[in-house]
Amino acid sequence: MNAVEVERLRVVRGGKVVLHDLSCGVASGSVTGLLGPSGSGKSTLIRAIVGVQRVAGGGVRVLGSPAGAKQLRARVGYMTQTPSVYGDLTVRENLRFFASVLGASRDRVEEAIAEVSLLEDADRVVARLSGGQRARVSLAAALLGAPELLVLDEPTVGLDPVLRRDLWRLFHELAEQGATLIVSSHVMDEADRCTALLLIREGQLLAQGTPAELRARTGAEQLDDAFLRLIETRS
Amino acid sequence: MSLRVTLAVAARVLAQLRRDPRTIALIVGVPCLLEALLKELFRGGPVFQHAGPPLLGLFPFVTMFLVTSITMLRERTSGTLERLMTMPLAKLDLLAGYGLAFALVAVVQAAVVSLLSFGLLGLHVEGARIVVVALAVANAVLGSALGLFVSAFAQTEFQAVQFMPAMVFPQILLCGLFVDREAMATWLRWISDALPLTYAYDALARTATGTYGSRFVVDVCVVGGCILVALALGAATLRRRTA
Repeated sequence: MNAVEVERLRVVRGGKVVLHDLSCGVASGSVTGLLGPSGSGKSTLIRAIVGVQRVAGGGVRVLGSPAGAKQLRARVGYMTQTPSVYGDLTVRENLRFFASVLGASRDRVEEAIAEVSLLEDADRVVARLSGGQRARVSLAAALLGAPELLVLDEPTVGLDPVLRRDLWRLFHELAEQGATLIVSSHVMDEADRCTALLLIREGQLLAQGTPAELRARTGAEQLDDAFLRLIETRS
Repeated sequence: MSLRVTLAVAARVLAQLRRDPRTIALIVGVPCLLEALLKELFRGGPVFQHAGPPLLGLFPFVTMFLVTSITMLRERTSGTLERLMTMPLAKLDLLAGYGLAFALVAVVQAAVVSLLSFGLLGLHVEGARIVVVALAVANAVLGSALGLFVSAFAQTEFQAVQFMPAMVFPQILLCGLFVDREAMATWLRWISDALPLTYAYDALARTATGTYGSRFVVDVCVVGGCILVALALGAATLRRRTA
């Protein structure tokens, strides 16, 4: 069963084709890494999955409904690439606000703060936090509603290795509890932490499969090299 | 639409404003200063008595227009609007939340300026003072609604600020405060007829002279109608899907 089904998706932004009839799927319960260099169309694909991107053709189905459908709004959690939280509010105030919108409880707010390891900074104003901390507030907001599908645009950028490891652990725990995660990254060394991969470049799907499958197919040890070989065999 | 979400939006907007005491001081202090200046300039005479009530009632329009357009622009550029649009939130919840928050701010602003003007400065109106305050709040909501709408056409805060003179000054010039509407060239009066502040000003002027009449009811209805139209226009600029 696929949680997300992308069918010949075409997106044009400012007269430029950003996604070229891209098709792919995301298995339910997977931690799917969406990998590609910056400018490859990762964020656009993510925006299409959460239903905020205007599309020129094709379609996206999420949990059995068209992307962006009203009934999906409580079931999909979205973390934008730049932290989309209110800089002039504290961590807790931000999350309490988003929790009220989602109908989540106060306890859930405290849980989410703990999940992203921000308990000590919960009463600090977000604008005074570091970039990595701000990103975690944004992540916590996406976690609040205990969504069935979590779509995270570069959630681990700029984080120290310990935090990064903790977050990946959290992602896998959430998947074990039944959630599906899509995590984008432009760093290939995160690929090994995923159960499935979507490699995209210049708005096209290069390959999809598990890290082991991609290694087997390309004969490369490192996923970095696998990525390179896939590009070379294409051109 | 959900009351819970509307109240959450209003509480959040107010919490943000509370973090910015300087803005609150300016919102309340500047109209006080201007009323005091007007009084001193005209030594409390008929010009002050004529222009004082409209200034009191129209100032919240200008303030809330600015505050809302900037706040909403920030919401659009920071990505928080995009996040909210993926959440179970009706556009009306967001608009009503903003309207409610800034109406409350306007109540405080108008109350303080009224206390000063009617008390210390000796401003006098024939009608009820509370009507002046109520009209000020209605104008604030109108300003908020219009600010929300124009924020969609500004890419930067510089642009948003420039919309204020563009949208507000012509209305103030043509509303009848500076030149009697009867004395205007016909085509100017036609434009004046089409601008919401004309009706807001007329309602305030009638309250000042205590000559409400049926025209006052028309004024209030037009202002109310303009609020609804501006909110609908604002809602139309909130898109779940963007390019």
